[in-house]
Amino acid sequence: MTVNILTVEKLVKHYDGLLATDELSIDVRDGELHAIIGPNGAGKTTLIKQLTGEISPDSGRITFAGRNLRRLTEPQRSHIGLARSFQITSLFKNFTVLDNVRLAVQAHSGHSFHFWRKVKDDDRLTEPALDILREMGLDDRAETLVANLSHGEQRQLEIAVALATKPKMLLLDEPMAGMSGEDSERLVAHLAKLKSRFSILLVEHDMDAVFSLADRISVLVYGQAIATGTPEEIRSNEKVRQAYLGEEE
Amino acid sequence: MTASPRYVINAALLIFLAVLPFLTDWAGDSFYTGLVSRILILAIAALSLNLLIGYGGMVSFGHAAYIGVGAYVVGIGAFHAFEDGIDWMLNGYAQLAAALFGSAVIALIIGAISLRTRGVYFIMITMAFSQMLYFSAVGVETYGADDGLTIYSRSDMLGLIDLNNEKSLYYLIFLSLLVVLYLMHRLVGSPFGNVIRGTRSNEARMRAIGFSPYKYRLTAFVIAGVIAGYAGFLMANLNDFVSPDLMHWTRSGDLIIMIVLGGMSSLFGPLYGALAFLILEELLSSIPLTVGGLRIGEYWQLIFGPLLILIVLYARNGIDSFLPAARKEE
Repeated sequence: MTVNILTVEKLVKHYDGLLATDELSIDVRDGELHAIIGPNGAGKTTLIKQLTGEISPDSGRITFAGRNLRRLTEPQRSHIGLARSFQITSLFKNFTVLDNVRLAVQAHSGHSFHFWRKVKDDDRLTEPALDILREMGLDDRAETLVANLSHGEQRQLEIAVALATKPKMLLLDEPMAGMSGEDSERLVAHLAKLKSRFSILLVEHDMDAVFSLADRISVLVYGQAIATGTPEEIRSNEKVRQAYLGEEE
Repeated sequence: MTASPRYVINAALLIFLAVLPFLTDWAGDSFYTGLVSRILILAIAALSLNLLIGYGGMVSFGHAAYIGVGAYVVGIGAFHAFEDGIDWMLNGYAQLAAALFGSAVIALIIGAISLRTRGVYFIMITMAFSQMLYFSAVGVETYGADDGLTIYSRSDMLGLIDLNNEKSLYYLIFLSLLVVLYLMHRLVGSPFGNVIRGTRSNEARMRAIGFSPYKYRLTAFVIAGVIAGYAGFLMANLNDFVSPDLMHWTRSGDLIIMIVLGGMSSLFGPLYGALAFLILEELLSSIPLTVGGLRIGEYWQLIFGPLLILIVLYARNGIDSFLPAARKEE
């Protein structure tokens, strides 16, 4: 029997007068990479925001690692292992690369009511942060200000910051957005490595990336999952071809 | 590590301030010791406000309220010691404890409510609270209402330091400034400071990586309030006088101007800002030129205003931008 790390049941959200999430039910199995695709406005980011707690659903139920998330705030969800990367890069721009990741490590190293200790001299924060930078291939940029990074590097840092929160599961919202071909290939390689260690919910428009990485794919249209299955099943699904994949041909 | 030019300039300023009373003795004019005492007290208050504005992105427009609380504690203590013969109320340590505790409690109340808002609302609500304190002080007849209270006896520090001696008072103020500068330096580089700066930079991401910024911001708000309350304690002793005017919203505005003028993303910025603000006020208001029967010095703000606008427009970080670059801080 497979175990679900994330279960979404009959989620409903009205947003700006639209039904952005319409009785949506999906699940992510433990250790799985589940990709969500769908045209713009299908409600993908709205779904991510409901999972992280940035917005709350009108009705429905989200269960993560056996816990009902209804009453948990965004920071609390981070502490039970749900990490998120942002579609529009959301970093600490006037901080260095290392400071960005170190701050995320700090968030998960007990409270921060320490007024005297120097963050920069604290190996308990710096070492784990450097490990993650090495893993994401950003260690040679550790002392660079985020504002001076290339777009591709910022997208990689976006994921590094999420990794620093000791997650059980990653919610990646269009990690390849705006990336060049070469950069996204490198990121696909990174994600392929991460796949073995984390459960991942991946929202992405880059079909090559989705079909090469995903264990299962769900197709979202107007807030509903019209199909869920393996990449092969999705490729050959008639409804999906009509609703979505057909558009590209 | 070799000393950067920035470091040398800051150190030179502090050394100058350390020997200033002897320079004024030598020049035979103690007026400047009093002026610089006032500047340094306001610099302490501006430094504390910069923790909120410069590092925390919380534009509190009511910071003078805490100066008022600290100053009124001294004024009220002296009043009851003088009028009712309650001697312990003149005890400087009791006054100091009451000033710090009082400003902490008031900052806690104001912060707990104000920090639930953001942006312009935060500015307006902090200003509204400080005006409430201002009008409260205006309303209390016992303590002089809007005429204020003359302090007939400065805080009695039980022989440890004589505040009636202008030079001793100056050195207490100067040492306090050094302590506050060092405190801010440590605070900004600490895990706590990291949360405060991170929340200014990107609050949404802070929540996403697991921080609940409210309690940290409230703590910063109280720390800043307590330091400003301490500045008020010093101010009352320097002026021998307290009045509601200390808490007027324009006084809070002056502190913000000092920060903007000096540079809000640097440790020493508020000190440079306080020096520039008050020295310019002193110089411009003593311009002897008379045009059409109007003495220009009386309208010094007509010159100061455009100067401030130029600095805001052309120097992104105030006076600090004119100093040689330090190693990058953030």
